[in-house]
Amino acid sequence: MQSKLKRVDFIFSSNEESKKVLLKTFRKTREEILDELITSRLKGRGGAGFSTGMKWKFAKSEVADQKYIICNADEGEPGTFKDRKILDKALFKVLGGMAIAGKVVGANKGFIYLRGEYKFLVPQLKEGISDFHKLLKNELDFDFNIEIFLGSGSYICGEETALIESMEGKRGEPRNKPPFPTQYGYLGKPTVVNNVETLALVMMVCQVEAENFKKLGIHDSTGSKLFSISGDTPKSGIYELEFGMSLIDFVEEFGDGDTKSVQVGGASGFCVPRKKFETTTIGYKEDLDGDSLPTGGSMMLFNSSRSMYNVLHNYLEFFTNESCGQCTPCRIGCQQLLKGIKAIKRGDKSEEYLKQLLELTDTMKLTSKCGLGQSVANSFSSIVENFREEMIY
Amino acid sequence: MEIKALIFKLAEKYGRKRENLIPILQGVVQEERYISDEAMVEIARQLDISAAQVYGTCTFYSFLNTKPKGKYIIRVCETIVCDMRGKKEVISTLEDLLKIKIGETTHNKRFSLLKTECLGWCHKGPVMLVNDEVYTELTPEKIRNIIAKYKENIN
Repeated sequence: MQSKLKRVDFIFSSNEESKKVLLKTFRKTREEILDELITSRLKGRGGAGFSTGMKWKFAKSEVADQKYIICNADEGEPGTFKDRKILDKALFKVLGGMAIAGKVVGANKGFIYLRGEYKFLVPQLKEGISDFHKLLKNELDFDFNIEIFLGSGSYICGEETALIESMEGKRGEPRNKPPFPTQYGYLGKPTVVNNVETLALVMMVCQVEAENFKKLGIHDSTGSKLFSISGDTPKSGIYELEFGMSLIDFVEEFGDGDTKSVQVGGASGFCVPRKKFETTTIGYKEDLDGDSLPTGGSMMLFNSSRSMYNVLHNYLEFFTNESCGQCTPCRIGCQQLLKGIKAIKRGDKSEEYLKQLLELTDTMKLTSKCGLGQSVANSFSSIVENFREEMIY
Repeated sequence: MEIKALIFKLAEKYGRKRENLIPILQGVVQEERYISDEAMVEIARQLDISAAQVYGTCTFYSFLNTKPKGKYIIRVCETIVCDMRGKKEVISTLEDLLKIKIGETTHNKRFSLLKTECLGWCHKGPVMLVNDEVYTELTPEKIRNIIAKYKENIN
């Protein structure tokens, strides 16, 4: 059968071409590059989906003696492993994206915040960075220095303000926003924090130009997206696909014929049951009918042999372990949700208690300080509402 | 190396500002496998910050151990996909081989066995880290060979 999904081959394409793109881009003015990026409607690929061009614009407009570019390689969302492969196979594009960001924003220092679990990549990254520094100096006469900062095992440090706190030697506890990092970031200086894939895609925008970039994808979900596909699928791995695909097409291609649900966006994302595959699109909301789910690219498939109770239990253990503990709704909420579903399963609590737990997730969504506590509700409510009987019996 | 000398060396290498704290702590863990109370106080002295701040940072991060650990720290991924692909068998095989439970360290201080969250290898699960090294698509057979290798590796 002909696949309905459109494959894209940019991120892992030749790095030779990327070098030419970088040289070409550096001949443009900062404003030209920024315009191109805003026109492309490229959105952050870490999951939150903020406009990359706008983020750079904010940082550019700040007046400061020092600005920073940070590449967020603290990839920790369950089911996501694309950034590791990008750093492994397409480092040049990431560094190129950082240098372009440095030029546009007016920063001469960059960091790659690499999760501690990927420490084995450090030697090859250092080598790549050193070659890149030479290229910047010899061929572009651009002063931009990139260093690696190694994380130490903490999911929450993928949140940009927690990441900055961590780089400053503190506990990785998210800050209040505003001020946003583009105003007050690392060491109080304007800072752009972009995901690994986003930075690589900046190079794609520069290569194919905004108009062609926009031709890929649906409506507001422009360009290509890397998907980390795992779970009950015969084809697990990393795939670059056009953004804005229909979930039913995805399941047809990647499912094992018995797909019961797909978790889109990892533990902090949503669980889509079989009956909603047809009406769900992977992308951003604007102009789309039915449900649309933005994602950092984690796609976990579950077949009918899996207990959704076990899945939810695993997610809640994850959140309980990884909650930074700073704000009460998240710290206590995660623990109570975990205790709650266990109690219902054991029969110590009636099924009515599920309603109270759902209310608790609403509270967490409203009152948690950062995305971690706010997004527990996503997987919790989408699993509990769609697989209620599995939670009880 | 004596701990004070190690910390002095690390502070010289990375600097003595607050933002150099985590690289210094990582350096101590690299050598000693954990950060002792004594080490925390010494780091605080070198960076001219309070020991409570050092303690606060240490206890936040799962890789910055504050209790003694073995030479080889094994971290088994416990997140959903690895769980589905046989995490339990991985853990029971390791517990059998090492004669310790999750969270414990062998008597000879050679191995510590820990659980960790998603390691980013879901398509090749189940996986584990031994110090910085990743081992994917684990089977009991594979685990026995890996552990044998580390047991032989005497230095």
